[in-house]
Amino acid sequence: MADKEKTPLFGPKEKRLLWDPINDNNPITVQVLGVCSALAVTSLVYKSVVMAIAVIFVLAFANLITSLIRNYIPSQVRMIAQLVIIATLVTIVELTLKATNYAIYKELSVFIGLIITNCIVMGRLEAYALANKPWQSFLDGIGNGLGYGVILIIVGVIREIFGKGTLFAGSPIQMNIIGKSNDLVQYWINTSGDSMMSWYSNNGLLALPVSSLFLIGILIWWQRGKNKKLIDIS
Amino acid sequence: MELVNIFIKSAFMENMVLAFFLGMCSFLAVSKTVKTAIGLGLAVIFVLGITMPINWLINTYLLSEAGIFGLDLTFLRFILFIAVIASMVQLVEMIIEKVSPSLYNSLGIFLPLITVNCAIMGGSLFMVSREYNLPESVAYGLGGGFGWFLAIVAFAAIREKMAYSNVPAPLRGLGIAFILTGLMGLAFMSLAGIDFTPFIAK
Repeated sequence: MADKEKTPLFGPKEKRLLWDPINDNNPITVQVLGVCSALAVTSLVYKSVVMAIAVIFVLAFANLITSLIRNYIPSQVRMIAQLVIIATLVTIVELTLKATNYAIYKELSVFIGLIITNCIVMGRLEAYALANKPWQSFLDGIGNGLGYGVILIIVGVIREIFGKGTLFAGSPIQMNIIGKSNDLVQYWINTSGDSMMSWYSNNGLLALPVSSLFLIGILIWWQRGKNKKLIDIS
Repeated sequence: MELVNIFIKSAFMENMVLAFFLGMCSFLAVSKTVKTAIGLGLAVIFVLGITMPINWLINTYLLSEAGIFGLDLTFLRFILFIAVIASMVQLVEMIIEKVSPSLYNSLGIFLPLITVNCAIMGGSLFMVSREYNLPESVAYGLGGGFGWFLAIVAFAAIREKMAYSNVPAPLRGLGIAFILTGLMGLAFMSLAGIDFTPFIAK
C-alpha cells in the first residue's frame, strides 16, 4: 500500500483487484460471503443476471462512498454509517427495478432488500474500503461483484437448463434448450403436462433451491482440486 | 390458535435456513462446535423476537399512509429496519458481554455480524410482504428464530462428527458443509405442506 505518486490508473495491481475475486479469492467459494442470496435466486439465469448486476452496482458504489468518507467516520459508529450507505443504494436499486421491470422485481421479492444484509457488501467495506483509496476500492467492489455474479450465473445456467429445459426464460432472448414448455417463466417446479410430452423430463431436484447447495459444493470441490493451496487444512 | 400454526410453520416447514437459506454466512461459519452454535442460536432468537414487533410498529405507524405522517414512506423501510436491527444487536452484544464473557469471546466477530444476518432482515421483509399483524409477527419472529436455532445446533452436531470421517481433501471444510446443508434441506422439505390448522381448530 505504499503511496507512490503517479501510479498508472489501471496497472497490474488494479488488474489483480478485478481478477482475484473472480477466481482464487472468490467471495462465495473461498471467502464464504453472500451465500444466502446466491442460493435462492439462481433458479433462472435471468434472475441471476439481474441480481448480479444489482450486487455489482451496490458493492462498487458502497465501496467508493465508504472509501471517500473513511477518514471522517468515527470507528464506533462505522457499522451504522456503512449500513445507511448500503441501504440507500439498495433502495435506489429496488425503486429502479420496480419502475423498469416489475415482473422480475416480483420474482426476486425480498432478495433485493436482502442485498443490504449480503455479507459480501459489509465484508468488503470492512476489509477493504475502510483502508484503501477510492479508485482501488471501486475496482475491488466491481471485482467482488463479478466473482459473485460468475458463480450465480454458472449455477443458474446449470439449474435452468436441466431443471426447466430453457435458457434466459423471462427475458427478451428466452430460448428452449431441451424439452418444450409453453410457460417459460413458470416458477419452482415445472410439472405441467406438456413438458412430459417432450423427450426430456425436467429434473425436479434442480428446480429446487437445495440443488444450488449441491452445485456450489461441487464447484468448491472442483476449484480446490485445481488449486491445492485453497484446501482447508483444519 | 393461528399463532401456534405460524410458530410451527416458521420453525419447521418454512425453516429460515433450510427452506429459504437465510443467514447462511454465520450458519456455515459459526457451526464448528455445538456450544458456540447454541450461543449464536439463542442470540438470533432474541434479536428476531424483539426486532419483528418493533419493525411491525414502525412499518404500520410510521411508514404507511395510515400512520402518523399520513404519507407513504415505504422507501425508508430498508434504512429504518436495518437501524432497528443494528441497535438491537448492539444491545444483545452488551448483555452477552456482561453475562457470559467466555461466550462473548467465542462468538467473536459473528456477534456484530448478526446485524447482517439475512435471517433477521429477511424475517422483517417477509413479515411485511405477508401482511402479518402484531401478534402474528411476534410468533413468526420467535418461530423463525427457534427454527434457525434448531438448524444450526443440528448442523454443528453433524459437523463435530464429520471431524472423524475421511472426506476427500478438496471437499474438506466448506465444500462438505455445503453438501451437508443441502441434504438437511432435502430432509426438511419432507415437512413442507403439513398444515396444523385442522388439528388446532378442534
